[in-house]
Amino acid sequence: MSTRKSTTATERGRITVEGFDAERVTGRERLSDWMPEMRQEEGHGRLYYAWRRFKRNRLALAGAAIIAVMVFVAVFARPISLPSSFPVLAGQTVQPFSLAPADPAAQDVLLGHSPPSLASFTSDDPLGYRLMGTDWAGRDILSRVMFGGRWSISIGFIAVAVALGIGVPLGAVAGYYGGYVDSAIMRLVDMLYAFPFIVLAIAVIAILGRGYWELVLALVAVGWLSYARIIRGEVLSVKQNDYVTAARALGARDRSVILRHILPNAMAPVIVQATLSIGTTVLTAAALGFIGLGLSPATAEWGVMLNVEQDSIARGRWWAGVFPGLAIFLFVMAINLVGDGIRDAFDPQGDRSGSGGFR
Amino acid sequence: MSLQRFILKRALITIPLLLGISLITFGMVHIIPGDPIDFITLFADLDPGTEAEIRAQYGLDQPVYIQYIDWVVDAAQFDFGQSIVTRRPVSAEIMDRLPFTLVMGSMAFAVTLITAIPSGIAAAYYRNTTIDQVSRVFALVGIALPNFWLGLLLILVFGSVLNVFPVLPPTDQGLLSPAMLSYTILPALAIGTGATALLMRLMRSSMVEELDKDYVRTARAKGLPERTVITKHVLRNSLISVVTVAAIQIAFIVSGSVVVEIVFSYPGIGRLLVNRVGNRDFPVIQALVLIIGVSVILANLVADVLYAYLDPRIRY
Amino acid sequence: MAMLEVEDLNVRFYTEEGVVKATNDLSYQIEAGERFGVVGESGAGKSVTSLAVMRLIDEPGVVESGSIRFKGRDLLELSREEMREIRGDEISMIFQDAGTALNPAYTVGEQIAEAVRLHKEMSEAAARERTVELLDSVGIPDPAERYDEYPHQFSGGMQQRAVIAMALSCDPDLIIADEPTTALDVTIEAQILELLEEVTEEFDTAIQLITHDLGVIAEFCDRVMVMYAGRAVETAPVENIYYDPEHPYTVGLMSSIPRIGDERDRLDTIPGRMPDLVEMPSGCTFHPRCPYAEEACTRTEPPLVDVASGDPADPDAHLQHAAACLAHTGDLQGSLDYTVTVDGEEPAVRGDGGE
Repeated sequence: MSTRKSTTATERGRITVEGFDAERVTGRERLSDWMPEMRQEEGHGRLYYAWRRFKRNRLALAGAAIIAVMVFVAVFARPISLPSSFPVLAGQTVQPFSLAPADPAAQDVLLGHSPPSLASFTSDDPLGYRLMGTDWAGRDILSRVMFGGRWSISIGFIAVAVALGIGVPLGAVAGYYGGYVDSAIMRLVDMLYAFPFIVLAIAVIAILGRGYWELVLALVAVGWLSYARIIRGEVLSVKQNDYVTAARALGARDRSVILRHILPNAMAPVIVQATLSIGTTVLTAAALGFIGLGLSPATAEWGVMLNVEQDSIARGRWWAGVFPGLAIFLFVMAINLVGDGIRDAFDPQGDRSGSGGFR
Repeated sequence: MSLQRFILKRALITIPLLLGISLITFGMVHIIPGDPIDFITLFADLDPGTEAEIRAQYGLDQPVYIQYIDWVVDAAQFDFGQSIVTRRPVSAEIMDRLPFTLVMGSMAFAVTLITAIPSGIAAAYYRNTTIDQVSRVFALVGIALPNFWLGLLLILVFGSVLNVFPVLPPTDQGLLSPAMLSYTILPALAIGTGATALLMRLMRSSMVEELDKDYVRTARAKGLPERTVITKHVLRNSLISVVTVAAIQIAFIVSGSVVVEIVFSYPGIGRLLVNRVGNRDFPVIQALVLIIGVSVILANLVADVLYAYLDPRIRY
Repeated sequence: MAMLEVEDLNVRFYTEEGVVKATNDLSYQIEAGERFGVVGESGAGKSVTSLAVMRLIDEPGVVESGSIRFKGRDLLELSREEMREIRGDEISMIFQDAGTALNPAYTVGEQIAEAVRLHKEMSEAAARERTVELLDSVGIPDPAERYDEYPHQFSGGMQQRAVIAMALSCDPDLIIADEPTTALDVTIEAQILELLEEVTEEFDTAIQLITHDLGVIAEFCDRVMVMYAGRAVETAPVENIYYDPEHPYTVGLMSSIPRIGDERDRLDTIPGRMPDLVEMPSGCTFHPRCPYAEEACTRTEPPLVDVASGDPADPDAHLQHAAACLAHTGDLQGSLDYTVTVDGEEPAVRGDGGE
């Protein structure tokens, strides 16, 4: 039976409802235990929530743990003493511990190319345990891998830090001021972006020569580009927000507006990118070391170690190739996990399985 | 605007970019402190007459901007002068080796596309199941794996341990001979693995994003079979963003070839570049850097055009 | 037997935050050609209901129990293939945001024609012709040209018209419209509603209109179901809902609408918020916000009863006015002492528990 609205019904007048008194609800004592889900916690910054989400991500934590261990091992592999040019405290040993079983530089040609063995656990082999075998010059690979972490890891962090120092200000300025400044900076970025990372680094090394700081500089020269682009994009979008207009209407200076209002909101993607960049930087540094354009051949840097042993690896001396490469792989994998974890921590909407229709 | 006008506009923007990178490439040599002529003469002491001759020969007696214009004009005709090391024309040196890199790069590209796209689609559709987890692990590993290390391991396993693979490339065979082509497979794999991992992740996330969109629900509400919903509706939109990244893999493959060619002693332009850096053979270095830069820019152009072609919102 | 009979529908979503009880023993019916309104606040489960009818609920959502009978067949028992045949053909849906409901990569015409080709097995040419006719009938000018245009080239109102055309394309018996006008300007909204009225009159299609806008309901619907926290709290013919509401929630909704000439200083709004469907209050889910709630309300969940007799609601009785409040089962000690004044009439005094 249909309930079609009858079009012949007389139009009734307007309705007023009285007596639905909200005060009766708010005034009375609660009838049951049920409480609406209100945010009872005090407001915390976004960082706090991001940190909490990060902590729940087990893969990311595993990555962070691996990084921590590798840094620890690199620092404590061999003693560190201050260089003689250091004022006052020259020559002092800052870090006395020596986790590495052998001196990474000690050569003994007779023991060259020995495969890994556990035999020396029992004997008193002066070269240590040889858990990872020795390279062509008889140097213990395990010690070299441990010690060599210093090069790769430090290059990774330093290069990224410096690149941030260049890219973020340039990108922020470009985004905030717009106009010619923006065009000029972005044209430069576009041009440099045309060259693959490693090709440009090779070109810079060709110009500057080899060495630690030359390597860092080469990596910085290519590394700053992505941060500039990201920050510029973020600044452009954040700039539109009303709170920025409000700050400026209140007379805040440009620099203060950028630093206090815009940058904190724009930094999240940059941090993610920077973390992931540490990985690519280490890979590139190792690659450069591998092709002979990095540090000197005697260095225990992981890429250089692979370079020096290329032929012997091809001939079957697997230990010289597996372990240093494994170190690179482990480090990059771990830092990628951390980077992904940071990204997910800032943006939890990332990958829920579909909502299924429920909003 | 129509597609032609879009292409025209986009191409016009590219020209200043090309000029810019030519400037950078040219400028490389002149940033170094010292006189460029010293790289040619290797710091030997020459009498002024010979030195003047050499200067004239390499155009170093002209003002810088004239040198630049000359260089660019020559470069456009593919004349980069002579290699400092071999004294052969740079273009000849490059053309000897470029085809090898192109063949290997194409193989790597093909491997990447064939592997990454289907697996990315599967990972997205079967989100959070085993298929997805496996592909995520593979992606994580693939991205972190140093390509030169992978190359070394491949040689180790297939060359030394299993002995099915020669450790050095055949020297007397042509590029397209079976011996050479089969030798190219491993280097292509070494490069392709990283590219595959990246592309697969991208394919997956692009498709996941599309699967959550409203038009998918509409398509299902119309009663379309699931297969049609995925292949006709979802894929079309997911592939738009993926296709453009795939085109940009060119840069990735070039970077990869630089190191991987060293591992496999593969006679391509990557190995050429690395070998000549040590000797500061600038004509060759400049030429290669320029060519690589130009290819990447052109690849980006192609990618943008492709994107405009596929996405009606840009075209109309 | 009604065309659509939903009985005791329970839909659950198993999420990280807990089990969301999107609908709870929900029952309603729609007759052929009827215009049925579903009204309630966001999160009340209105959209879930419509998606459940179409069997478009995906994980983590599950239809736990209940039945949805369409023309006698239980849709929940059908195979996927059979359900697919019904979707778009006999039951179709109109979504809220027409812009995102259309695939940006294909022309509008194609998206309509593909449904026609599929369900009516027409050739491409015939489907195209039919689509152009449809576009014309929903008021899109130059339909033949518009067929080949892309969604982004349409304005918001036209997109919604196109979506309506898509819903009508296979002559469905039931159209489920999920907030079809919420995203539109008021003038466009009026046009769209008018359009919906026309087409449903002409084709005798039933419509289940979901909205949170009471004005739209008044304008358009024959019968209304008010939902709260996944339950039906009141069902009645539309006039009764407005002039004679029997559930405190409905009353609250009505009293919170500002009117010109209203002399009150403050709006009487419903205090508090709807529960999040994971942790629900005991007894009557509305009790924490209800001015008339008593202790009894925390213990018993009121069943949906006929307000006149107090007997359980009979789904088949269509003129019935049913509400889920203890006031109507006689269990309330106090009374629902609100008044509804209609201009030009005596206020209906209630002081006797509404029996």
